[in-house]
This record gives sequence, C-alpha cells and structure tokens, in this order.
Amino acid sequence: MKKITILDRVLLLATGLLAAYQIVSEGEGLSSFTVGCYTVAFGTLLVAGLVLIIMGFEGLKNKAVVIVSTLIPLSLSLGLVSENASRFTWAYGIFAVVGLLLISITRYSSTGKFATIILAVVHGTAGLIIFLLPILLSVQGLKPAGYSLVGVGGALIGVGGLLLAFLRAGKPLLSERTILSILPLLLLLMTSAFLIGFSFS
Amino acid sequence: MEKHKKLSKQFKTKYFPLIKSLQTGLLLITGLAGYMSARCPVHNIPVLLGLTGSLLFSISGSTALNMWYDRDIDAKMPRTSRRPLSTGETTPREALIFGLLLSLIGTGWAFLLDPLFGVVIFAGLFFDVVVYTIWLKRRTAWSIVWGGISGGMPVLAGRVLGIGRFDWIGIALALAVLFWIPTHILTFSMRYHQDYQAAGIPTFPSTYGNQTTRVIIASSSVLAALSMGLAGYGVGMTWGYLRLLAVLSAGLLVLAVSSMTKPSERITFGLFKYASVYMLSSMLLIFAGGV
Repeated sequence: MKKITILDRVLLLATGLLAAYQIVSEGEGLSSFTVGCYTVAFGTLLVAGLVLIIMGFEGLKNKAVVIVSTLIPLSLSLGLVSENASRFTWAYGIFAVVGLLLISITRYSSTGKFATIILAVVHGTAGLIIFLLPILLSVQGLKPAGYSLVGVGGALIGVGGLLLAFLRAGKPLLSERTILSILPLLLLLMTSAFLIGFSFS
Repeated sequence: MEKHKKLSKQFKTKYFPLIKSLQTGLLLITGLAGYMSARCPVHNIPVLLGLTGSLLFSISGSTALNMWYDRDIDAKMPRTSRRPLSTGETTPREALIFGLLLSLIGTGWAFLLDPLFGVVIFAGLFFDVVVYTIWLKRRTAWSIVWGGISGGMPVLAGRVLGIGRFDWIGIALALAVLFWIPTHILTFSMRYHQDYQAAGIPTFPSTYGNQTTRVIIASSSVLAALSMGLAGYGVGMTWGYLRLLAVLSAGLLVLAVSSMTKPSERITFGLFKYASVYMLSSMLLIFAGGV
C-alpha cells in the first residue's frame, strides 16, 4: 500500500482545519436537525482526516471505511434536503437510515452483487442530491450563484466516495495507488468547495 | 563564541532530552488553557509570562527528577535505553541537580506569583515525583491514577491563577486530564508491554490482561470526553465550539471502542496518538472558546 507523504499529511490537515471551521461557524438560521446533519458530515471528515494523518493509508484497510465514506454524503445530503426541501426530510431521512444500515450489514455479511448494488444506489442518490440541489437552487435564483459550489463539492465527494467505496468493496474503479495519490487533494478541494459554497447560503 | 557553541551543544545532548519536550509542551498548554479559560483575552502579560515560566520550569524539573530516579529501569528498556542517563552522556548527579534546580525555580516563581497557584504547582510536582515515581510506580499498576492527578495539576493551577480560587470548572478540566491519562498511558504500556515487563514495572496489561485494559481505556475515554464537555460548557464555549469538541470526543470514543472490539497494535497506537491530538485540540478549543 502507498505510504503517506508529508504533502498528503499537510493536505489532510488543511482539510481537517477547514472542516473544523465549518463545524464551528455553521448554524445561523438553520434548524438544530440541519446543523446536526452538517456536523456529522464535517465531523466525520475531520476525524477521518486525523485518523489518516496518524495511521497513514493503512487506516483505509478497515471495513468501516465504506460506512464512513457513505456517512459523509448521506448526512450532508440529508442536511441539504432539510434546509432546502424540508417537506422531503422524513422520506429522505428514512432512505438515508435504511441505506446506511443496509450498507453496514452487507459490509460484514455479503460481498456479492447485492452489496455492490446497495452501495451504488445509496451513494449515487446522496451524491446526486449534493450535486444537483445547490445548482438547481442557484439557477432558480433561490440561492446566490456562489452556492452552486456546494454542488461542485458534491461532484468531488461523489467521485471520492465511489472510488473509496468500490476500492474497499473489492471492485476498484482505478488502481489503489492512483486513488491514494489523489485522495488528499480531492478531499481538500471538496471541503474548500463546500465551505465557499455554504458561505453564500 | 566557541564556548557558547560548546555549552549549547552540551545542553542539547545532556539536558534537553531530560525534559521530554513534547510531554512538557502538552502539559504547559493545558496550564495556559486553564488560565485563559478565565482570563482571555490576556491583558496582564507579566502574569502570563510568569505562568508560562513557572509551569515550564516545574514540569521540566519534575520530568528530569523522574528520569533521574528511573535511570536504572530506563537502561533495561530498549525504548528508553538511549536516554542520556542510560548512555552515560549525563551523570546522575548532573541530572539530579538539573531537576532540583528547575523544580525550585518553577515552584518558587509560582509561589511569588500567587501562593495558591504555588500550592497547586507544588502538589503536582510532589504527586508526580514522590507519590507516583518514587513510591508507587514500581509497586502497583494503579500508580497511574497518581500520575493522572499530577497531570491534571497544570490545568487546575492555570485556572486557579486566573480566578484566584478553586471552582468546579477547574476541577472538571483537571478530571478531563486525569481520565485522559489512562487512554494515553495504557495504550503506550500495551505497545511496549515487553519493555515494562523486562524492567519489572507493573502495568495494567501485565496485571489485568489486555482486554480489561482496553475496557478501562474505553471507559476512561468516555469520562474524559464528558469532563471536557462539562468544562467547555462551564467556560461558556459557544455551541459551535461545543459541537467541535463533541466531534473530537466522538473520534476518541470510536477509536477506544474499536480497540476493544477489534484489537490490533495499529488501532492501539492510533488511539495513543489520537489521544494526544485530542488533548491538544481540546485545550486549544478552551483557549478559543473562552474568548
């Protein structure tokens, strides 16, 4: 497995600091539930970044990585839905909880097609919401144009999450070395896009 | 100039390793956080300098005295066998004088600054050197409780200096450090259990087994997180900072539980390092959140 470099650590630390800033600064005018969802998303990102800095990419060998890499987009998309399309919060919340449970169960009990399908459906749905919802809101003029950067972050998290999830699921889309080489930069770009985008909301 | 260079080199090789700079730095930060939890932004620079100097000297002094007393067991453990007292770079007499001198300057400065602050600093030094190192460390695994109490003294001292008396927030901050110590020390003693065994030092892993030790680590992590959260609330941290503290605490708990359910050396050492990052971050949050 690729050894973590100093540059990787610096990029991950910057990601963690940005995520920490977002956790501290978010909250104005949002419901507790929405803030809770965003806190889970950025908190998972922060802790995952710290664990990677400490343990290196070896930390990604854990089966729980698939669950963690799903928790970030699921909680972020749930936060976006509750903030901007609150009437769907319950329905999407149930989808998110059931999706996370199914992924957790299939990670430890099944490695077949079913596990991969579940992973793709849950990740794909969450990724599409994070990508499309902010852009739609910006296009409709309900949010400033800069808010669409959250969608850019969504596209990046979708790419990163899928790469990691499929890597851990044993069906890598790119070589492990390539994924690990781009992962820290991808995480930093994604977090930066989220931060800048959310600052427009 | 040549003499100055020689002295500087001598300090670097003979004395600096005696003060465990990272550990001393972390404890110093807890002391500063304790003070700033009550006095931030700081307007009294001389007091801040006095706090920093007295803590730095007394913590460094007690660490040097510990090394002086433990030089025989340090020589038996591969991890510590390259320390200057084990290699002969520093003589026991030099280490003793260095440790006593730093301790005297540190506690003396602390008493001059504020007698109550001085009492807490002296108590920390006494618990660490006399009770923990000299009396209990070689007798019982439970000695770490006293090590933990002395570890909690700098933050308590800082708080006492800030408000001029003891209060529940200072106690909660000290408890957070006390409960954090097992996570820090026990993960370390699990990793280096053979070293400790070779030196005949009783540890939790050697006395109660690894699984019991992991349960203790997880339990103490929960208590450390709760105490830190309580202290954070007490110092008036905003919800944003409290959320961040909760996130960092959750990371500590997840790693502690993982080390219990899926034990491996990698997780254990990851937890050890994360615990240090956690304490440093929490104290920085106490700084920032107290503003």
